[in-house]
Amino acid sequence: MNLLNWTIALPALGFVLLLLMPAGLKDKAKFVALILSLVIFAMSLGLIGPVLADPQARSFEINVPWIDTPAIRYHIALDGLSLWLVILSTFLTPLCILISWKYIQHREKEYYAFLLLLEVGVIGVFAAMDLFLFYVYWEITLVPMYFLIGIWGHDRRIYATVKFFLYTMAGSVLMLAAILYLYSHTGTFDYPVVRELIASGRVPMSASVEALLFFAFFIAFAIKVPLWPLHTWLPDAHVEAPTAGSVMLASVMLKMGTYGIVRFCLPLFGGAARHYAPLIGALAITGIIVGALVAMVQPNMKKLVAYSSVSHLGFVVLGIFSFNQQGLDGAVYQMLCHGISTGALFMLVGMLYERNHSLEIKAYGGVATVAPHLTTIFLITTLASIGLPLLNNFVGEFLVLQGAAIANFNWAVGAGVGVILSACYMLWMFQRTFLGKTPHDVAHHVTDINARELLAVVPLVILMVWMGTVTQTFLPSIGRANAAILEQTRNSQQVEAANHAR
Amino acid sequence: MPDNFIPTSVDYIRTLPEIILIVAGAVMMFLEGLAGERHRKGSGPLALIVILGALAAALNAGLNKGLAYQNFLVIDDFATFFRVLVLVVGAFTVLCSISYLKREDSDSSEYYALILFSLVGQCLLATSNELIMVFIGLEISSIATYILAGFHRDDRRNNEAAIKYFLLGSFATAFLLYGVAWIYGLTGTTNLTQIGKLLADPRTVNAPWMVGTACALMFVGFAFKVSAAPFQSWTPDVYQGAPAPITMFMSAGPKAAAFAVFLRVFTTAFSGQGESWEYIVWISALLTMIIGNFAALTQSNIKRMLAYSSIAHAGYVLVAIAARSEIGTAAALFYLASYAFMNLGAFAIVIHFSRHHERYVLVEDLAGLSQKQPVIAALFTVFLLSLIGVPLTSGFFGKFYIFKAAIDSKLFWLSVLGLLNSAVAAYYYLRVIVVMYFHEPGQSVETATAPSAGINITLWASAIAIVVLGVFPSLLLNFATQSAFLGK
Repeated sequence: MNLLNWTIALPALGFVLLLLMPAGLKDKAKFVALILSLVIFAMSLGLIGPVLADPQARSFEINVPWIDTPAIRYHIALDGLSLWLVILSTFLTPLCILISWKYIQHREKEYYAFLLLLEVGVIGVFAAMDLFLFYVYWEITLVPMYFLIGIWGHDRRIYATVKFFLYTMAGSVLMLAAILYLYSHTGTFDYPVVRELIASGRVPMSASVEALLFFAFFIAFAIKVPLWPLHTWLPDAHVEAPTAGSVMLASVMLKMGTYGIVRFCLPLFGGAARHYAPLIGALAITGIIVGALVAMVQPNMKKLVAYSSVSHLGFVVLGIFSFNQQGLDGAVYQMLCHGISTGALFMLVGMLYERNHSLEIKAYGGVATVAPHLTTIFLITTLASIGLPLLNNFVGEFLVLQGAAIANFNWAVGAGVGVILSACYMLWMFQRTFLGKTPHDVAHHVTDINARELLAVVPLVILMVWMGTVTQTFLPSIGRANAAILEQTRNSQQVEAANHAR
Repeated sequence: MPDNFIPTSVDYIRTLPEIILIVAGAVMMFLEGLAGERHRKGSGPLALIVILGALAAALNAGLNKGLAYQNFLVIDDFATFFRVLVLVVGAFTVLCSISYLKREDSDSSEYYALILFSLVGQCLLATSNELIMVFIGLEISSIATYILAGFHRDDRRNNEAAIKYFLLGSFATAFLLYGVAWIYGLTGTTNLTQIGKLLADPRTVNAPWMVGTACALMFVGFAFKVSAAPFQSWTPDVYQGAPAPITMFMSAGPKAAAFAVFLRVFTTAFSGQGESWEYIVWISALLTMIIGNFAALTQSNIKRMLAYSSIAHAGYVLVAIAARSEIGTAAALFYLASYAFMNLGAFAIVIHFSRHHERYVLVEDLAGLSQKQPVIAALFTVFLLSLIGVPLTSGFFGKFYIFKAAIDSKLFWLSVLGLLNSAVAAYYYLRVIVVMYFHEPGQSVETATAPSAGINITLWASAIAIVVLGVFPSLLLNFATQSAFLGK
C-alpha cells in the first residue's frame, strides 16, 4: 500500500470519524485527533528514506484515472522539494493539537476535525502532480481555515476570515482559468506531461500569452505567500485566528504559495519568470523592508509576528527569483525554517495570551521573573527568527543573500537591511515583554510553561538547532530537487524564447 | 402533408409522461370538487405517485427514441435528460409542499394539479421539435406557474408576485411569438431542423438582418424565462413573493426547461447564425452574472438573495451557450442538474425554517443554527459551498465544465470575468455560513422545530447528489455529453 496515499487518507478518515462521533464523547475528540496525528506523523517519516534515495524522481507515485472527460487523474508523488513540506505539515499538526488542548473549550469535535481536514488539504497540495488535483486541494484548504478563524478566533474574526477566503478565492480563480487554458492547448492536466509538452516546444505561446498565464498562476500564489502589496489579509487573519490556526497558517499555508511558484511558475513559464524577475525582486525587497518597518511599530504581538512573516517570506520570493542554486536552496530552506521558528513564536505568544488575555505588548513586562523557562524558550526562538548563526534561519537567509548577490548585488544590499531590521523589532519586543518591571497583572496571572506546552514547543526548539547546525539532513535533497527545477526553468525559457522568435 | 393524423402506438409510449401528468392533473381537479375536504389529505402523496409514474414513463420513452406526432415532438437523449430533471424537481417540490401547505392551512389538490400541469408544459418544452409546440409548452408551464406564484390569495406579496410574473411573462411570450411569426414568414415552416437547413442555405433565405431580428425577438422571450439580463428584473420580486416551495420549483424546474428549449432552438434552428448571436449571448451572460452577483451582495432576505443568485447562475449557463459547442451544451446540462440539487436543498431549508406565514426569511434569522440544529446547518453549508463552487461539490464541476468549454471555444475574457464573478459570489454565500456558525442563536433558532420527513428526504437526497457528483462527475457528465448531440 502506498504510504503517501495513507498520509492523505488517514487525516481525511479522522475528519469524518470526528464529525460522526456522538456528542457524548466530545471530550475524547482531542485524544482521538492527537493519537491519529501522531500516527500520521510516524507514517510520514517513512516517506523520507525512499525520497532521499533519489530526490529528483517522483517517489510514492500514484497515477490512476479519476474522471474520464476531461481526463483528470489522481496523480500524486513526492520529490526532494515537497517531501520536507509534507513532513512539516504532519509534524506541526500534533503540536497544534497539543497547544489547543486547554484553550479550545467549545465545539471541540469540530475544531479537531477541521485541523485534520486542513492537514489533508496541505499534504494534498504538496503532493499533487495533476494541475486539476492541485487546484482541488488548494481550494479545500480554504474551508477548514475559514471555520477555524471564524468560530474559534478573536473579536474581529468574521471580518478577518471572510477577507481571507475572498482574497485567496479571487487569486485562485485566475489560476483555474490558466489551468484550463493549458488544458485546452495540451489536452491534459497531468503536470509532468504538460511540462514535457511545453519543454519540447509543442505548445506555442506568444510572449504576451505566456506573461498572462505566468501572472495568472503567480498572482494566486503571491496572494498566499503573501507578497507585498497583496499581503493585507494576512495580519488580520493571523491576529484573529486561534493559536493553532495562526501556526498552521504561517508555517504551512503560506508555503503553499512559495511552493507553487517553485513547482509551477518557474518550470512552466521560465521565460516570463525570468523577464519579470526584476519587478518581482523589487516587490520582494519592498516587502522585506516594509514588513519589517511595520512590524517594528506594532503594539500587538501577533500582528508583529504576522508582519515579520511578510518580511521573511519576501526573502523566500527573492531567493526563488535569483534563478541560481544558492538562492533557490536558500528559499526552500527558509520556507521550512520560517515554518519552525514562526510556528514556535505564535505558540509562545498564544501561551502568554492564555495566561494574561492580552496580546498588547504594553500589557506585559518582566515576564522573565515570573516565567523563566518560557522566557528562555522565547529568547531562543527570537534569536532563531533574527537569523543568529547556529540557528535555522541563519542558513536560509545566508543562502538567499548569497543567491541574491550573485543575481544582482543591489538586491542583497536591500535584503540585508531587512535582516538588521528584524533584529531590531524582535529584540525590542522581547525587551518590552520579558524584561523590566513586572506589572501586577502579569505577576498575578502569568505562570511558567507547563509540561504539555513544553512538549509542544521543545521539538521546535530542537529543530531550530538541528536545522542550524546539521544542514546535511535537509539541504542535499532539496538541492538535488532544485537543480532539476532550475534545469526545467532554463529549458522552458529557451524553448519559449525560440517560440517567440518564430 | 402527412397521410393521416392518427397517432401510432409508439407515439403514445413516447409521450406517456405527458399523458399521465395531464390525465392525473385533470382527475385531481375534479376530485377536489367531488370529494372536497376528505380527499385533500391524500392529494400530495397521490401527486407524488403520479410524478414517479411519469418519471418511469419518461425513462421508458428514453429507450424508444424517435419522433412523435408528425415530427411535432422529438424524444432524444436531450429530451429525456430534461424530462427526468424537471420531474425529479417536481417530485421534491411535492415532498416539501406537503408539510408546508399543512402549516399554512392551505392544503388543496388544486395546488398539486397545477404543479402537474406545469410539469406537462416543461416536458413538452424539453421534447418540442417545432416552434408552435415551443410556444404551447411555454404557455402551459407558465400559466400554471403564474397561478402557483399567487397561490395564497390573501397574501399581498403573493398577489404582487403573481401579477408581476404574469404581466411581464405575457409580454415576453409575445416577443417570442412575434419571433416565431417572423421565422415562419421567412422559411414557411416551424420545424426546427428544417428551419436550420433553410437558413443555412443562402439560396432560400437571403435576408441576414431579418433572420437576426427574428433571432433577437426569440432571444428576448427565452432570456425572460431564464431570467437573463437585461430581462431579469421580475425575478427577485417574484421569487421573494411566491410561496417558498413554488420559488424552489421555479428556480429549478421551469428554468431548466426554458434553458432546454433555448439550447434546442439556438443550436438547431439558428446553428448557422451562431457567429451573430454569440455576441448577444456573450454580453447577456456577462451582464447577468454581474447584475446577479453584485445585487445579491446586499440582500438581507434569503429568498431574494437566492433569486439574485439564480440570476447569476443563469449567467454561467449562458456562458456555456455562448461557447457554441457540444462540450458547452453538455456543460450546461450538467450545470442545470447540479444547480437544481443545490437549489432544492437550499430552498428546502428556507421552507422548513420560515415557519407560519414565512416569518423567518432573513439571513439574520439563521443566527446560531449550527448550535441548535448542527445537521441542518451542515447540510446548508454543503449547498452553499456547492453554490460557491468549492471543489468536491457538483457546483464546482458545473462551473469547471462551463469555463472549460468557454476556454476551448476561445472565450478567454468571458471566462476570466465569469470566474472573478464567482469569487464575488463567494461573499454572499459565506455570509449565510457566517451567520449560522459564528453568531449566537436568536429567537428564530430557539423556536425551530425538527424538519418534516419530506424536507429531510429532500435535504439528504440533494446533499448526497451534490457530493457524489462532486467526486464522480462522470456519472452524470457522460449522459449529458451523450445528450448534447442535438439534431446531428
